Amino acid sequence: MAEARDYRAIGTRPVRPDGVDKVTGRANFGADMTLPNMIHGKVLRSPHAHARIKSIDASRALRLPGVYAVISGADFPSGAEGEISGEGGGTVSDLAKNIMARDKALYHGHAVAAVAAKTAFLAESALELIDVDYEVLPPVLDVDTAMADGAPLVDEHQRTGGGQGDAPSNIAAITKFERGDPEAGFAAADVVVEGAYRVPTAHQGYIEPHACTATLDEEGRATVWCCTQGHFDVRSMTAGVLGKSVGEIKVVPSEIGGGFGGKTVIYLEPLAVKLSELTGRPVKMVMSREEVFRATGPTSASHCRVKVGAKRDGTITAATAWLAYEAGAFPGAPVGPGCMSVFAPYDLDNFRIEGFDVLVNKPKAAAYRAPGAPQSLHAMESTIDELARKLGMDPIDLRLANCADEGTHAPYGPTFPAIGIKKCLEAAKVHPNYTTPKADGTGRGIAAGFWFNIGMQSSAEVRLSEDGTVTVMEGSPDIGGSRASMCLMAAETLGVPYNIVRAHVGDTESTGFCNVTGGSRTTFATGLAVVQACEDIIAECKQRAAMTWDIDADQVDWTDGEAVPKPGVNIDVAPLSLADIAGNAGRTGGPILGRASLNAQGAGASFSVNFADVTVDRETGKVDVLNFTAIQDAGTAIHPAYVEGQMQGGAVQGLGWALNEEYIYDDNGVMENAGFLDYRVPVASDMPMIDTQIIEVPNPSHPYGVRGVGETPIVAPLAVASNAVSDALGFRISDLPLSPPSVLAAIDGHDEA
Amino acid sequence: MSKVHVVTNVNGEPREMLCEPQQSLLEVLRDELGMTGTKEGCATGDCGACSVMLNGRLVCSCLTLGVEAEDADITTIEGIAEGSQLHPVQRKFLEHAALQCGICTPGFIVATKALLDRNPNPDETTIRYWLAGNLCRCTGYDKIIRAVQDAATELAHEA
Amino acid sequence: MARVVFPEHLLQHTGGTREIEVHASNYRGVVRAVDKQWPGIEQVLIKSAVAIDGQIYQDAWLEPIREDSEIFFMQRIEGG
Repeated sequence: MAEARDYRAIGTRPVRPDGVDKVTGRANFGADMTLPNMIHGKVLRSPHAHARIKSIDASRALRLPGVYAVISGADFPSGAEGEISGEGGGTVSDLAKNIMARDKALYHGHAVAAVAAKTAFLAESALELIDVDYEVLPPVLDVDTAMADGAPLVDEHQRTGGGQGDAPSNIAAITKFERGDPEAGFAAADVVVEGAYRVPTAHQGYIEPHACTATLDEEGRATVWCCTQGHFDVRSMTAGVLGKSVGEIKVVPSEIGGGFGGKTVIYLEPLAVKLSELTGRPVKMVMSREEVFRATGPTSASHCRVKVGAKRDGTITAATAWLAYEAGAFPGAPVGPGCMSVFAPYDLDNFRIEGFDVLVNKPKAAAYRAPGAPQSLHAMESTIDELARKLGMDPIDLRLANCADEGTHAPYGPTFPAIGIKKCLEAAKVHPNYTTPKADGTGRGIAAGFWFNIGMQSSAEVRLSEDGTVTVMEGSPDIGGSRASMCLMAAETLGVPYNIVRAHVGDTESTGFCNVTGGSRTTFATGLAVVQACEDIIAECKQRAAMTWDIDADQVDWTDGEAVPKPGVNIDVAPLSLADIAGNAGRTGGPILGRASLNAQGAGASFSVNFADVTVDRETGKVDVLNFTAIQDAGTAIHPAYVEGQMQGGAVQGLGWALNEEYIYDDNGVMENAGFLDYRVPVASDMPMIDTQIIEVPNPSHPYGVRGVGETPIVAPLAVASNAVSDALGFRISDLPLSPPSVLAAIDGHDEA
Repeated sequence: MSKVHVVTNVNGEPREMLCEPQQSLLEVLRDELGMTGTKEGCATGDCGACSVMLNGRLVCSCLTLGVEAEDADITTIEGIAEGSQLHPVQRKFLEHAALQCGICTPGFIVATKALLDRNPNPDETTIRYWLAGNLCRCTGYDKIIRAVQDAATELAHEA
Repeated sequence: MARVVFPEHLLQHTGGTREIEVHASNYRGVVRAVDKQWPGIEQVLIKSAVAIDGQIYQDAWLEPIREDSEIFFMQRIEGG
């Protein structure tokens, strides 16, 4: 059981090992790869949101000098089987059809063909010479329309829950959770509040577009360089789509320029491998920003209805949630986790949750930071805010009266071990930013956030060099400073200084399997593997010391990076340092390495409480965030600066989604704002400093008490923004984004009413 | 279309290259000169990942043509440090953990240096507006702003 | 007897039964016991995550089960 305790390395803020490369431009990202004789691939994308592909004729393109190959759906094996990881990952078959359309184009931007040519410019020119004959079909563009009777069908074969008997439907799956008697609970309530909330489609918005380079060796084995959150998963997905075995593909991860879930899936890699096979040359493919918006994973737009009943004293007696999420063109909206999150901060006896995974003619939803939770908790935390108003209670007191705690039977099933929601709420209540009254004319909003966190499979190898310096090899792409966290945990375990430890992310053939960097699992699970590999090193070092001193290994202790005889062992020897033992390793049995592989269990649930003050300009509808405070339970913060960074980055991402970001579609299903000018993510001048307070309720399942921290930060800010804007205006705007035009329209509508 | 012979100066070094007329300075730097420290995030001038200095002015190299580099002085991220000696802006970004994934970092560092070269003592609002053309999706900007403030303080002491 | 709870999405496989009690010393034993009652459900269960006494496992196998354990099947969570 991990308890808060004093550490030497953990909790310090050293410079990350890969830092210098990243501030000097030396770090190699996805698009930075170049190989001799390399050519370039580009993708032809559907100009229609829904259309049958009647024929594809590439003959004009292939006649263009410098064009080497054109591929389309017919070039890929049909009947790919298996399931893939990742929230909403779904099946290999759907993944394959998403990467390259077969009989139907299912969204504007869906890949229908790809070209390999001498230059990227030439490949793009060749796309215009590919003749595709489409039969345009009516698109379905939102959950309400898609769920209505008689809606156009995105997939004529889709049946709810995969059954065969029912009629085809755009509802791919229904999820339900129920406990107690919600109707009786509402009947016993003194106050009942309900609302409907819409959250728009948003994109992860990583600054680095997807990119990969593929080449084949003489035996036909492929090597793929790409920017990804998980190269082992790229390997299995690429193999699945191409009908190859994983042993035929090697994946080398580049540095990754942001992912937030969007780089847990693949789009280009099988195309690049296929084009490389056809041309015998290395093929590089880099998406444009427009392609990233039109064809890669946005998160689900949603329509959520939440109803909560409570006694006068604030005790919640019942709650219901109805959640409909857009999956895009293939099943797999993160509505399951949305359902499991919606009431997670609360201890409820009576509730019902229904979730709908709904197909629409939009890009296939991909994971986005705490997938599914921001939407459903926006609805719940907005409703709780309304309830607090009706009851005349402080919103923190209302939450404290109902919050989950150790021993609470979580709404999604299990019983919570030690969790930090209560501590976060208590910290918020006494935080100077909260005890300071809000200024006149401003609004204050508060909300709670939650994410499950996951463990999954990780491996690590730790090697001692002959001078005692330490190399950590692991397979989790470093997306935000995780190498530094691995080095800190290794230094702590071994009892050596941070600066003699280096961490490296190995490719699929130079390190053991690791699942994606996602689900807030890396510091927890890969960190656990690193700790265990270091313990393996310590055991070996004790053995070598025992050999040196002619005693038994169990008579040796490992203290402060040195082997010493246990108290009471009566020999007069000087301690042996890691460097001493490493330097003598040749005589005592050869090089020293430690390894660990595991499927980590017990990732601790992560809770947060956020609050902010805003002003709303009633003339323009513009919302300004004056201050923002993020409080979150990190278990133990290994590198506090990067924990704060996750909290601050997630807060701003959440605020961007709440205040401005949305996919705007025309009636034909064409996204009208596929660029950073019109899809406006927050810029520096939009935001205040983000105050953070890390709460540490150690996770009992990790030797240093780590919980994941990456995803929870994006969850609360949506409702924080809604609640603060509603407070400022004196009436509620339920839907996001709270962009100037929609806020202005709401103000005008309210003034008229 | 025939290529254009361009003679330019990158990070104080004379360079020659053959550019396609439609090639952006970003493409020329990355694809012709192999200087991949300058990044493409959008190619439409909206994200600032490709920021470079052109004759002392901060520009998006994706919106500048390669042929415009003729006779110009260009400073890229590769030219900010002096040998292995990091510029204070680079050092402060590291010390403040002002980067997570690092893809926007070259652009931010070039833009920050351009700011501090002309305004050694900017207030927070000035920094935020100057850097509003550089998108960062990871950090929420907080640590970037603090790194810039700290770099300004250190540079002021050095001066 | 350990208590085994099925969420809504598994009820189609259990004929609507929400909860049963089984004797088993480890998780594999639980799955076998459940599959004995509803043949074929094992294939669905191995794709589920499970919470054993509050601890969530994505891939449980030989985890020990106590007499008073609570076993709660749930959807797998992965994340971004």
